[in-house]
Amino acid sequence: MPAAIEVRDLTVRRGGKLVLPGISLEIEAGAVTGLLGPSGTGKTTLIRSIVGVQIVESGTVTVLGQPAGSPPLRSRVGYLTQAPSVYADLTVRENLLYFARILGVDDQRVDEVIETVRLTQQADRRVQDQSGGQRTRASLATALLGEPELMVLDEPTIGLDPVLRAELWKTFRGLASSGTTLLVSSHVMDEAVNCDQLILMREGDLLAAASPESLMERTRAPDLERAFLQLIEEGPGRNEDGSGSDEGASS
Amino acid sequence: MNPRIVLATAARVMRQLRHDPRTIAMIIVVPVVLITLLKYVLWDQEGSFERVGGPMVGIFPLILMFLVTSITMLRERTTGTLERLMTLPLAKLDLLLGYGIAFAVVAAVQAIVVSAVAFGLLGVDAEGSTVLVVLLAIANALLGMSLGLFASAFARTEFQAVQFMPMFVLPQLLLCGLFVPRDQMAPALEEVSYALPMTYAYDALERVTLDGSLGAGGAVDVVVTLGATVLALMLAATTLPRRTP
Repeated sequence: MPAAIEVRDLTVRRGGKLVLPGISLEIEAGAVTGLLGPSGTGKTTLIRSIVGVQIVESGTVTVLGQPAGSPPLRSRVGYLTQAPSVYADLTVRENLLYFARILGVDDQRVDEVIETVRLTQQADRRVQDQSGGQRTRASLATALLGEPELMVLDEPTIGLDPVLRAELWKTFRGLASSGTTLLVSSHVMDEAVNCDQLILMREGDLLAAASPESLMERTRAPDLERAFLQLIEEGPGRNEDGSGSDEGASS
Repeated sequence: MNPRIVLATAARVMRQLRHDPRTIAMIIVVPVVLITLLKYVLWDQEGSFERVGGPMVGIFPLILMFLVTSITMLRERTTGTLERLMTLPLAKLDLLLGYGIAFAVVAAVQAIVVSAVAFGLLGVDAEGSTVLVVLLAIANALLGMSLGLFASAFARTEFQAVQFMPMFVLPQLLLCGLFVPRDQMAPALEEVSYALPMTYAYDALERVTLDGSLGAGGAVDVVVTLGATVLALMLAATTLPRRTP
């Protein structure tokens, strides 16, 4: 299966600061890939480059075989921004109806995604009157609407209670099993176990790209959190030693 | 351009307004209060209210729409909804036209109410047709809207966006001929006034309310006003890049 996302030597500068100093990686199609790393490490910048809203200095980003952000991709890629990007002064349903018109999907699909993110009770209340977690879910619902082939989710489970987090991960797994590719960023390591592949980033560099199992095996750490800390101590460049199926090697 | 998305955007903007009844009330009530105030401020000034009252009906929508749209668009930028829209199959023109339709409807309501009060209750006399005054008011609202959309690109905060009103709009208001006929200004200012779109918007209104018809000069005014609107919209479109730093 060809890679769903291919990033080559991507360099991005934001406000004069080099955020991504030439990162290269591949994201497998049909799998859930976790993008992990401390906050301020460039995860959101990488995600914005993948959905084509980030001005990049150099390098290429290819998404589903096309340059990132090109018009045909706009109905094939679902994007969840880190801060909920829904209209706070509209109800959840009004928001979704607007996005549904843009994507050309019918109203029935609106009810389906409301059910998926468990907002049926709150669907006719304004977003601004809802909790942080409910806002995130409303925003997530807009990303699910068009049944995209690729979903790029920037911290979808931030501020959610454990029960809901588990439910959403079940939804993500379900989407992946029906062929959707997911790239999910997080700064909490305990979500990594839900992923097929992990991309660990630190200060704009790729620290490791491998499955959770092979990371554990390699570092011999008792859990992923400590495996990650160990990789940080080792620093980049030590991850080319046969980390298994993925070969998104760093520079 | 996609009519489905244009109309969906217009409906969305109107829904946002509907959820904010206080803003709607201000859009409708404030011009009525101000024009009433103006009548009594100019109580002893023979003929003054008669001269400015009619054109004022058409100038209010310009000022208000400038404010409302620059804040609304700034909100789209700062809350991330604009970035989200830019990743969707929506053309910039869909968004701008959607805004245009929504605010034209609001401006029409505003202009109808304020003209009814001005012409009906306050005794403002329009020599020409009051329908034409309302139509010009809508055109002015669209001009204010497109200037507001453009100006919002230069504001980082809502506080800055509000400051753009005195910066973009007040000088035009001073120079358009409303306060002092333009030929009584310093010659340099009169020259400058030719470069400002509100001058033409005001001139057209003055012709209809005082002379009774647009005439050839008024037709030129309308063309310039509409042209400035289109130009400002095109400039606004260039301030909506899909990619940002």
